[in-house]
Amino acid sequence: MSDRIFGGIGLALAAFYVWAATTIELSFISDPVGPKTFPFIIGGLFALASLAILLRPDAPPEWPSMTRLAEIAAGVAVMVAYVYLLPSAGFVIATALGTAYLSWRLGAAPVSAVVAGLATSGGIFVVFHLVLGLTLAKGPLGI
Amino acid sequence: MDTLANLMHGFDVAVTFQNMGLALIGCFLGTIIGALPGLGPSNGVAILMPLAFSLGLGPTPALILLTSVYYGAMYGGRISSILLNIPGDEPAVMTTLDGYPMARAGRAGEALAISGIASFIGSFFATIGLALLAPQLVKVALLFGPAEYFALFALAFATLGGISSTNQAKSAWAAAFGLGIAMIGVDGQTGVPRFSFGIVHLYDGIDFLVAIVGLFALSEVLIFLEHSGGTSASAKEAQQSRPAIAIGRPVASFSLIRYCTPAMLRSTVIGFLAGVLPGAGASLGSFMAYAAEKQINNGKDTFGKGDPRGVAAPEAGNNAAAGGALVPMLALGVPGSGTTAVLLAVLLSLNVTPGPLLFTNNPDIVWGLIAALFIANVMLLALNLPMVGIFARVLLIPPKYLMPLVAMVSFVGIYGISGSTFDLLVMVLFGVIGWGLRKFDIPLVPIIMGILLGNLMEANLRRAMTISNGDWSALFGSPLAIALWLFAAFGFLLPIFVGRKVKAGIEQAREEARDLGI
Repeated sequence: MSDRIFGGIGLALAAFYVWAATTIELSFISDPVGPKTFPFIIGGLFALASLAILLRPDAPPEWPSMTRLAEIAAGVAVMVAYVYLLPSAGFVIATALGTAYLSWRLGAAPVSAVVAGLATSGGIFVVFHLVLGLTLAKGPLGI
Repeated sequence: MDTLANLMHGFDVAVTFQNMGLALIGCFLGTIIGALPGLGPSNGVAILMPLAFSLGLGPTPALILLTSVYYGAMYGGRISSILLNIPGDEPAVMTTLDGYPMARAGRAGEALAISGIASFIGSFFATIGLALLAPQLVKVALLFGPAEYFALFALAFATLGGISSTNQAKSAWAAAFGLGIAMIGVDGQTGVPRFSFGIVHLYDGIDFLVAIVGLFALSEVLIFLEHSGGTSASAKEAQQSRPAIAIGRPVASFSLIRYCTPAMLRSTVIGFLAGVLPGAGASLGSFMAYAAEKQINNGKDTFGKGDPRGVAAPEAGNNAAAGGALVPMLALGVPGSGTTAVLLAVLLSLNVTPGPLLFTNNPDIVWGLIAALFIANVMLLALNLPMVGIFARVLLIPPKYLMPLVAMVSFVGIYGISGSTFDLLVMVLFGVIGWGLRKFDIPLVPIIMGILLGNLMEANLRRAMTISNGDWSALFGSPLAIALWLFAAFGFLLPIFVGRKVKAGIEQAREEARDLGI
């Protein structure tokens, strides 16, 4: 069943893709093929492949339980939050927080997770910024 | 002896203090990355690639660093295969079959030593093969026009799923998905924006580095998050029930080396061919090498029970395949495997277009790289024999500390290139997409290839059509093009008939060994 839904979504995506390709404006410079043809070919291939998956599905994958899905969603949310925090809080603080959260959720005890966060963030800062001279996001502390 | 002169020139380019240092660092990091379960050559190179650019390395040093990582990872994969019965990366799967039984019999040191030597022989001769074969392939490639190139790209995509692919629709889906993403951005030929929906960030298209790091590295982190809760208890149990294996002295006696030499040499040839041919790659190279040795030698039924030749064969095979896979990547600009696709991304971001012209326009890069591979290989042998104990200790770093580090280094690398938080968000999005597609068994490599090659493929199609004035039959206009199309069709259809069998063969070999071993 999972594969059938996947194929269905694929077909919808393909339809959207082909529609988006029809809206490509033509420029006054042109060649015999133009900017639309190759996207149409890709859209067609995409639709065919989706259809084949829909018609001949594999055995369904092992879906994680709702709690595991929530875990992943929370992990993704933290990564997104990390990205938004980066310019304002700076690299060291944001990375320490992000690492601590991920370590904790991957099974580290809270205290060791915090230590891992500080160590990872400090380690990356020293190696990549101080030694290798890479630009990292600057925060209020200047680091 | 053009090749020899070129190679000498290559050594001139490669042997500088900086390049040697980078090769050493690359070898060291690569071995660690290969040894760690969950990180393999593709995601290892993917994570380190943005860093190499942010540091402003030139094309030759950057390539030397990253190919050293690639070769190093092929060496490192064997360590956890032998010590933990967990393959460090995909091609090292076959090494578990005899490596772990050897380790359980107290011969871990010997297994590590003989597999290290086999890795050296495999990649050493494969690098010679690369130096000899690539220039010949270039001569053929110079005959290619746009129509032939278009057919060649089609061939690469058709065979990418590999012979063991069980669902070609999913490989095709992935290729189309990647190609579709490549179309985002301003069209290079007419200057009109495509699929950008008015979002300014999308005018430049999606940077393939962002996609690669998201798909390969972040999705791995999400997979670990998925399995961290419920299964961790059983994983812990498995780790505890597994007795800690003493490594012992990592040396192999001369007689053991001689005993394994025929197996290593045969496996090198098989692995190299598997690497060169599209659709095979290192995993299949090591499988075929192991299967062939088992056929030839299994009179006394020792394979799967700790036969040193069963360790030497797959390791020589997969390392030779790693070298072989560089042949089509450098000579044609068309990678045949995941890691070489990532290396192609390296070249493209350095504004170096691989393919026949690379050999005439930038001989420094090509031959410097090949020379560096020889040097890296010697370094790897030197690192891997005495220091294998250190690498084995790295295996003890638990994923709960390692995976966050992987995520953060990915962020640092991408941020270092563009300084754009938009790119970081796109990377997270690709991480989620990668996690979802893995669930559906959609291969990720064709997506990467599509994103990388999509614009080149379209450009060749349009050039061919401009030459022929819009006559589509020009795509099949030369015998060479027709041959390429036939190979593409054959390569796509073959797995539909034999894919399940090959895959079942690999699974069966694993099962048998598991039954015997424990």
